[in-house]
Amino acid sequence: MILNFFHNFGRYLTMLWTAFSKPEKFSMYYKETLRQMNDIGVGSLTIVGLIAIFIGAVTAVQFSYQLDGTLVPRYYIGYIVRDSTIIELAPTITCLVLAGKVGSNIAAEIGGMRQKEHIDAMEIMGVNTAAYLIMPKIVAAVIVIPMLVAIAAFVSVIGGYAAAVIPQLMSEAEYIQGVRSFFQPFNVTMMFVKAIVFAFILTSVPSFQGYYVKGGSIELGQASTNAVVYSDILILLADYVLALLLTQ
Amino acid sequence: MIRAENLIKSFGEHEVLKGITTEFYKGKTNLIIGRSGAGKTVLLKLLVGLFTPTSGKVWYDDTDFFALSKKEKRNIRMKVGMLFQASALFDSMTVEENVRFPLDMFTNMTSKEKLTRVNDVLHRVSLDEANHRYPSEISGGMQKRVGIARAIVLDPEYLFCDEPNSGLDPKTSIVIDELIRNITVENNITTIINTHDMNSVMEIGDNIILLNQGNIAWHGDNSQVLGSENEFLQNFIFASPFLQRLRNSALKKS
Repeated sequence: MILNFFHNFGRYLTMLWTAFSKPEKFSMYYKETLRQMNDIGVGSLTIVGLIAIFIGAVTAVQFSYQLDGTLVPRYYIGYIVRDSTIIELAPTITCLVLAGKVGSNIAAEIGGMRQKEHIDAMEIMGVNTAAYLIMPKIVAAVIVIPMLVAIAAFVSVIGGYAAAVIPQLMSEAEYIQGVRSFFQPFNVTMMFVKAIVFAFILTSVPSFQGYYVKGGSIELGQASTNAVVYSDILILLADYVLALLLTQ
Repeated sequence: MIRAENLIKSFGEHEVLKGITTEFYKGKTNLIIGRSGAGKTVLLKLLVGLFTPTSGKVWYDDTDFFALSKKEKRNIRMKVGMLFQASALFDSMTVEENVRFPLDMFTNMTSKEKLTRVNDVLHRVSLDEANHRYPSEISGGMQKRVGIARAIVLDPEYLFCDEPNSGLDPKTSIVIDELIRNITVENNITTIINTHDMNSVMEIGDNIILLNQGNIAWHGDNSQVLGSENEFLQNFIFASPFLQRLRNSALKKS
């Protein structure tokens, strides 16, 4: 099992090394990156927005319940919603969801191309398939996923506002005061660092699973499932490591 | 010309090819035939560089392919076209985009020049009206022809065809065979075809290699098939009682 882990880790690193070699033709890679940015970014906007609203709303309602009857000022709810979404919930939950949506799609797409001999066809033409199929996805994700996470954080705060102010758990002025209190710009940096690392994980791991798939439709399904499971585990692990590194 | 020199390929303990030495000639349709599991596809994939041999060499003219660096291999591959068994057309692209893909990737031609070249090769394979159709919207025979068009769009020096007639009706198979043969002769390229189709063997087999259990069981051309005394060849080519009767009657007449 340990040998198998190192074997696969070695192949993963080799794949990344090959994927980031010099493109045959820059314009083709540029076009492909734009297409991937559209698929990953625009294609995920609705689900990210929906999830973000509920993240903010649930956080506001839960903390309202927790702080009820305590001496902690009510406006803290706005502050907690803002910081918890920026530091943790927006990057982590968004990327866990994207690992499911984008990651499984990448593994299935590349794995399907492997099984239908599309990758062999490109190899024979002289195309560096790891670079052409994987690099644009990683680059696109690293660019657009931080944007999605930023949007998710913003929408979460609005979701928190709707959940806290409309049912009159607190006043609008209290919520806005909370959102504007104790702001630390470094938290936004932390959010973007997490988003970039998670974006890399949720595209490179599924690419690996798809690129080396063997067998038929059952193996492709397994590769797609593994892509999501391993991405999720690695995102949570990276979240912990980044939290340690960035908050010390 | 492509030359295989003592090619051995093993998968774990299982030795699939046991030392193949042969030549594939320029301007000729070179056929690799044999029963399922004989090692035809493995040999083809070794020749084209998709597999690495356990030992042995593959020569593209005077170049030892497996001794080349990755970059040098890519340069050789730009001279190679391949038609896959299932055509391997990119589903999300139209016929025109599929054929244009190698031009987009490897040439600095203008859009107009690319379109002219694409239309030329599509005309060559008699698919003048199919530019904007997707692979899923055309028949298996048309997909093969698009595959051929894509394989020859960069004017390759070497053409590989993996089971070009599989899944096609006899009439369409003949059309595909003739097309491959004509392209081979007109462009003076080295064509290697991996096939089960006995019609192809008899019609376009300029140079035929019969594989059996990883070895060459017979080597010759289509004019030598009928009169050969090689029992394995006869059992393979004229496998059915009907074909055996046909062979016997042909031999009696001659």
